[in-house]
Amino acid sequence: MQKSLHIDPNKCTGCLQCEMACSFENYGVFNISKSRIKVFDFEHAGRKVPYTCTQCAEAWCMAACPVDAIRIDAATGAKVVHAYTCVGCKVCTIACPFGTINYVADSGKVQKCDLCGGDPACATACPTGAITYVDADWTGLDKMRQWAGKTDTQPRASAA
Amino acid sequence: MGWTRKILRVDLSNGTCKSEPLNMEWAQQYLGQRGLATKYFVEEVDPKVDPLAPANKLIMATGPLTGTPASTGGRYSVITKGALTGAIACSNSGGYFGAELKFAGWDMVIFEGKSAKPVYLSIEDDKVELRDAAHLWGKTVWQTEEIIKKSHQDPQVRVCSIGRAGENGVMYACIVNDLHRAAGRSGVGTVMGSKNLKAVAVRGTKGAGAIKNPKAFMQAAAAAKKVLVDNAVTGQGLPTFGTQVLMNVINEMGALPTRNHRDVQFESARKISAEAMAEKRPTDGKSHLVTNAACFGCTIACGRISKIDETHFSVVNKPQYWGASGGLEYEAAWALGAANGVGDLEALQYANLICNEDGFDPITFGATVAAAMELYDLGILSKEQIGLEAPFGSAQALVALAEMLVKGEGFGKDLALGSARMCAKYGRPELSMGVKQQEFPAYDSRGIQGMGLAYATSNRGACHLRGYTVASEVLGIPVKTDPLVTEGKADLVKAFQDATSVFDSAGVCVFTTFAWSLADLQPQLDAACDGDWTMEKLTLVGERIWNMERLFNNAAGFTAKDDDLPPRLKTEPAKTGPAKGLVNGIDKMRPEYYKARGWNPEGVPSKETRARLGL
Repeated sequence: MQKSLHIDPNKCTGCLQCEMACSFENYGVFNISKSRIKVFDFEHAGRKVPYTCTQCAEAWCMAACPVDAIRIDAATGAKVVHAYTCVGCKVCTIACPFGTINYVADSGKVQKCDLCGGDPACATACPTGAITYVDADWTGLDKMRQWAGKTDTQPRASAA
Repeated sequence: MGWTRKILRVDLSNGTCKSEPLNMEWAQQYLGQRGLATKYFVEEVDPKVDPLAPANKLIMATGPLTGTPASTGGRYSVITKGALTGAIACSNSGGYFGAELKFAGWDMVIFEGKSAKPVYLSIEDDKVELRDAAHLWGKTVWQTEEIIKKSHQDPQVRVCSIGRAGENGVMYACIVNDLHRAAGRSGVGTVMGSKNLKAVAVRGTKGAGAIKNPKAFMQAAAAAKKVLVDNAVTGQGLPTFGTQVLMNVINEMGALPTRNHRDVQFESARKISAEAMAEKRPTDGKSHLVTNAACFGCTIACGRISKIDETHFSVVNKPQYWGASGGLEYEAAWALGAANGVGDLEALQYANLICNEDGFDPITFGATVAAAMELYDLGILSKEQIGLEAPFGSAQALVALAEMLVKGEGFGKDLALGSARMCAKYGRPELSMGVKQQEFPAYDSRGIQGMGLAYATSNRGACHLRGYTVASEVLGIPVKTDPLVTEGKADLVKAFQDATSVFDSAGVCVFTTFAWSLADLQPQLDAACDGDWTMEKLTLVGERIWNMERLFNNAAGFTAKDDDLPPRLKTEPAKTGPAKGLVNGIDKMRPEYYKARGWNPEGVPSKETRARLGL
C-alpha cells in the first residue's frame, strides 16, 4: 500500500512542531530554517497552512534533473534527492510547480521531503492531526465523509 | 547544554555590540531566562536607578528549552527595572520571537545606555548591528513589523517592537512581538522607548542543537506533551475556549472585579465570555472567534484569533482592523470590560487591537480607565476634564479613551500615568486598584483569598502570573483549597511563586502548570541541560530566584508596607456571591508568609535564608 502525507490546514495551530521534527530527523538539530515542511501564516485571514512536497506521480523535478540525482524510493514512492549525485544546478527548483524542492546554500545541494523512509517525523510530531500519513488512495476520505454528513436527503431531519 | 552559551551586549550610548560567553556558573544557579537574566541585572544595575535613566538596563532572555520541541518552548522574557513600578520587572512573551533569538545563537541580549537617536537592532545569526530607525519612529507595532520585513527582504524575520505608547512614555507600554504577543506588564516597553530603541529584528538559522541528551530529551518532551493532552484544562478547556474559559467561572465565584472593584460580579459577564465569542453575531451571522492558535512549540494552543464586527461603531471605515487578529484573552476581556462595566464584546476587541497595535498593557490601561470612571462617577473628574462623558459601562468612552491615549492628547496624558499616579494626581490615591503601582488582574481577592497575598507579595507588583493560586483555590490544581479562607495560603503562595520562577526560567509557558508539576518539567531540563537537574536543585533554584528579586526590591526601597492591598479590599466587603461579606485577610496572611519564607517581620530575607540559598 502506498501512503501519502495528508494536510488539513484547518487543524493547524502554527506551533511548528513539524518543522522542528523535520530538521531534527534530517540534520539532528532543532532548526526550522532547515525544515522541508513549512507552515505559512496568513495572519489577516487567521489561517496557518503547512506545506511540503506531495510526491507527484509525474515528478517534474525528477524529469528535469540532468544528473538523475532524484530517484523514486521503491518502498514509499517518495522522490528522493541523492545528495552525492546532486550538483546543485537548481533546475529542479525551476521545474517544480509548487516550490517544494529547495536549494540549500550551506550544502550546495537541493533538499525536499523524502517521507523519512516511510515514517514521516512531521506527522508524528503534529499535535492536532493537521498532518497525517494515510493510504494514498484515500487522501480525500475525511473530507468526503464530512460532506457526506452534510448531505441531507430528509430536509427536516438533522444530519447527525 | 540547552544554552547557546553566548550573550550579546549592546551599548546603545556608544552604538557597539559585542559577544560575551554566558556565565555558566550562574546558569547552574539560576537556570535561564527570568532567573539568569535577573542575576545579570542585579549584578550590574544599581537598585536605586531611575527606571527611565540610561543607567537602567533592559535584558531580553531565552530559557534553555526555548527553541526546542518541549511543548510551549518558545518563550522569552524582558527583565529590567519597571517604569510603572520601580520594582524588578520580568515580562514574558510567546509567539515566535524568542525561539528565533535562540536559533540565531543567543541566550540573551543586554541593552545598556541610551541611543542619541532612534535605532533598531538587527540580528542575523552572528551578524549584529544597530540600524537607524528614524523611518520607524512614530510608527505602530504593526507598521514597524511590516516595514522591517520588507526592507530586510525576509518574510521570516521575527520582530519585537514598541508602538507609539512606548515612544510617548506611556508608563505601561509593552514590547510586542509577532503582531499580538507581548511582554506586557510593568512598563518594560516604556524603558525600551526611553533608550530610543524601537525594535529588535532577528533571523536565526543556527537552530537549537545543543541538547545534552537528544534521545532522552525527545522521550521526556513526548511524555510531557501527553500529560498536556490528557489534562482537561490544557487538553480541552484552553484549546477550545482559551483563557476566556474563566470569565463565567470567576463571575459565578463572586471574584470578578467589576467597576473598579466596587462589585465582585458583573451582570454582563456572559456577553464578554468565551461562549459569547463563539456565538454567531446577529449583524453578520459570523462568530467573533475565527480559530485558536499556538505560540512556537505549543501543543496547547490557547490563543484566540478573532474578527471584529465590521459594522461596530468603533471600526466603521477602518478596514485595517477588519482582518483576523489576536484576542480576546481573559485578562484583557476583564480589564477592558468588567473592570469598567462595559459589556460590549466588539468594543473590547477594538480596544484590545489598539493595545496590540500601539503596544500598551490592556490590564493596566483597562484598570486605569476604571479608576477614571470612578473619579468621574464621584464628580472629581468632569466631562470637560476628560473630554467626554465617562460613566461606568460606556463603550464609547472606552474606545475614545484608548484613542486619546495613543495620540497622547488631552486626558490621554493622565491615562498614560497608570491608575496609581493618576489617582494621586486627583487626590484619591486609594482608588487605584493595585500593588506597587501596578494594577490587579482579573481575580478579586475577597473571593479568592490567596490571590490577595500573591498580589501583595509579587515582586513585580500586582500580578496573577507570579503565584497563580487560582489554580488551587478555583480549579483544584494540584489540590483544592477553600478560596474563602486565609488558612494555609502562605505556604500555598510560596510554593506557587517558587515553582513559577522555575517555569519562567526554563523557556516554557506557565500555562503548562495547569497539567505539569515540577516533576514533569524536570526530566526535560535534565536531558537538555548540562549538569544534574534534580527536583531538589530546581526547587532551590526557584526559591533562590524569588529571594534574589526580593532583595533587589528591598534595596530599591520597598518594605513590608508595600506588600499591601488598597483599603477597598480590606474594608469594603464583597456585596454579592459566595464571598458576600468578606474582605481580604492580607494582614493575617502577610506575617505567616514572611515566616514561611524565612524573612524577618520587615519582609527582608534573613541571614540564614540568604546563606541557605547562596545569596
